Amino acid sequence: MAIFVNRETRVLVQGITGKEGLFHTEQCRNYGTTIVAGVTPGKGGQSVNGIPVFNSVAAACRETGANASMIVVPPPFAAEAILEAVDAGLDLVVCITEGIPVLDMLRVKNAMKGSRTRLIGPNCPGIITPGECKIGIMPGPIHTPGGPVGVVSRSGTLTYEVVHQLTGQGLGQTTCLGIGGDPINGTDFIDCLRAFQDDPETEAVVMVGEIGGSAEEEASAWIKANMSKPVVGFIAGLTAPPGRRMGHAGAIVSGGKGTAAAKLKAMRENGIHVCESLGSLGRLCREVFTKAT
Amino acid sequence: MKIHEYQAKELFRKAEIPVPQGAVCRTAAEISDTIAKMQMPVAVKAQILAGGRGKGGGVSLARTAEAARDAAGRILGMQLVTRQTGEAGTRVNTILIEQGVDISRELYLSMLIDREHAAIVIIASQDGGMDIETVAENTPERILKQRINPLLGLQGYQLRALTGGLELTGDTAKSFAQILRKLFALFLHYDCSLLEINPLVVTGDGEILALDAKVDIDSNALFRHPDIVAMHDSDEEDPLEAAAASHGLNYIRLNGSIGSMVNGAGLAMATMDLIKQAGVEPANFLDVGGGASAEMVESGFRIILQDPNVRGIFINIFGGILRCDILAEGVVAAAKKTGLSLPVVVRMEGTNVEEGRKILADSGLNLSNATDLSHAASLLAAI
Repeated sequence: MAIFVNRETRVLVQGITGKEGLFHTEQCRNYGTTIVAGVTPGKGGQSVNGIPVFNSVAAACRETGANASMIVVPPPFAAEAILEAVDAGLDLVVCITEGIPVLDMLRVKNAMKGSRTRLIGPNCPGIITPGECKIGIMPGPIHTPGGPVGVVSRSGTLTYEVVHQLTGQGLGQTTCLGIGGDPINGTDFIDCLRAFQDDPETEAVVMVGEIGGSAEEEASAWIKANMSKPVVGFIAGLTAPPGRRMGHAGAIVSGGKGTAAAKLKAMRENGIHVCESLGSLGRLCREVFTKAT
Repeated sequence: MKIHEYQAKELFRKAEIPVPQGAVCRTAAEISDTIAKMQMPVAVKAQILAGGRGKGGGVSLARTAEAARDAAGRILGMQLVTRQTGEAGTRVNTILIEQGVDISRELYLSMLIDREHAAIVIIASQDGGMDIETVAENTPERILKQRINPLLGLQGYQLRALTGGLELTGDTAKSFAQILRKLFALFLHYDCSLLEINPLVVTGDGEILALDAKVDIDSNALFRHPDIVAMHDSDEEDPLEAAAASHGLNYIRLNGSIGSMVNGAGLAMATMDLIKQAGVEPANFLDVGGGASAEMVESGFRIILQDPNVRGIFINIFGGILRCDILAEGVVAAAKKTGLSLPVVVRMEGTNVEEGRKILADSGLNLSNATDLSHAASLLAAI
């Protein structure tokens, strides 16, 4: 089962002919992902490492039956790449690109209303269903197939840390995904939590947030109202100074809003098991999830 | 990226949004020339990027030429301390001298990104000239909000709701509506993340004028705004932060004693938190990027070591695709090259981690291997 991606997913890569694009395409393919096509305007008809390249997403879909896309194009062209993938009617678009202008994403987000496509990202590590499909830049070997834990996060390497600790405790994963560190993104915490709640293989969830915005507060309230599975939560940025953008475009405390303290409070009040210190996350999950199951 | 008030007003002027007449001065000679040409009263305003300039003594209204010269002489070159500058304050290198205005009403107007609704929100109030957060808290009914869909733009009914709510009538209402349309177009054109005018005034003649101007531009969009990049004021940047940026490193300086170097922004924030929880204070945020290389590690070392408060360094790298043995060689080489004498705690994870740890242990340097984050925290507490 898992969520959003599995062994049936057929992936095309937008920006496959770039250095990063090619490297991560190979990493995904080596992990077992079915990569069926690449798209780079003007390079249609070529092939890279045996993967056919097309001029447009529409042509790639028509010829190969791709139903998902990984976007690794530079920031000035990324918003348009998302729109092209949405227009071609793909089920899933995973945008890895970091540094897309916020107004571009504001337009994309509004343009996508009513479309059938799910967007993950941008500025994210991607999504992996261990043992089945990896669309993104995360290291495959740290994951353990078969569940029972789902992981959703706003971060990249912090997610790897969490997955590594879960694996170290003998806790496998159903699906792990990063929803991105930008202020405007596609799939949000609640979308993922709902999918995990509905997925019979997922028995527990780890949710990793950070300063900025109010997505964690909204997700916490949703969890209390809708979720029966246990959730462990972590928030990065307790020591972040206000008014400074901490790497991620969306990670900023402004006007006293978006603090880690407020997010932790919302998590606690809504029955989420809060992890106080990153070093103990794996052990806490072991405790909480063993009790629950 | 923040720009100065006088720079924001240049953008306004180009967009035909009315601002007071004024001149920028950087020297005593420019001050006396400017004041000789202007009619009194004038406003003298310090041009620094931090907010709270008025309360900090960086803004002065002068009724005579003598008072104007005194105020300008006092403000230019002062260390201006505001709630946003920290205790040391910021040196004022530029002042703006503006024609005084006959003010009938002070309004508040701002535009910003609404993350939750994926929209641009316009906020307005009749209570201009005050701290808007205080107004929002004490009299929320005096705050007007209109959420604009970026694909549809500003609609007529939204304009009417704002002019009506601000109790503007006749020609004043018409010119407010025109100015609002121009400001919204400017917000979109320059990829603003914030545009704030406090106060936006109605003069005795019923004209609308932007007395102040605060504009922040989305850093991600600077590639399409070379004119904004040219406005960058390097005087106000921390020299270490500027040096880090030139190496492609994401560095923010803090006040603590333990430097840290981490790959990835989320993990870097969590690492700062871990340092604090170990009972010591983080000296910085430093993200060397998700795919850290040996060169990045060396540049990171050099930046951290230039901070005189640093007594120890914590390197926390989750190598996925980067191999730990390569990383360890990079750390050892950088430590030797920079003549490192401070204690360093290294925690790394990923491919070839055992080989990496061996390289660190055999280096003969003051490097401690942490087996996991809890172990790292106890090593940090001992520094």
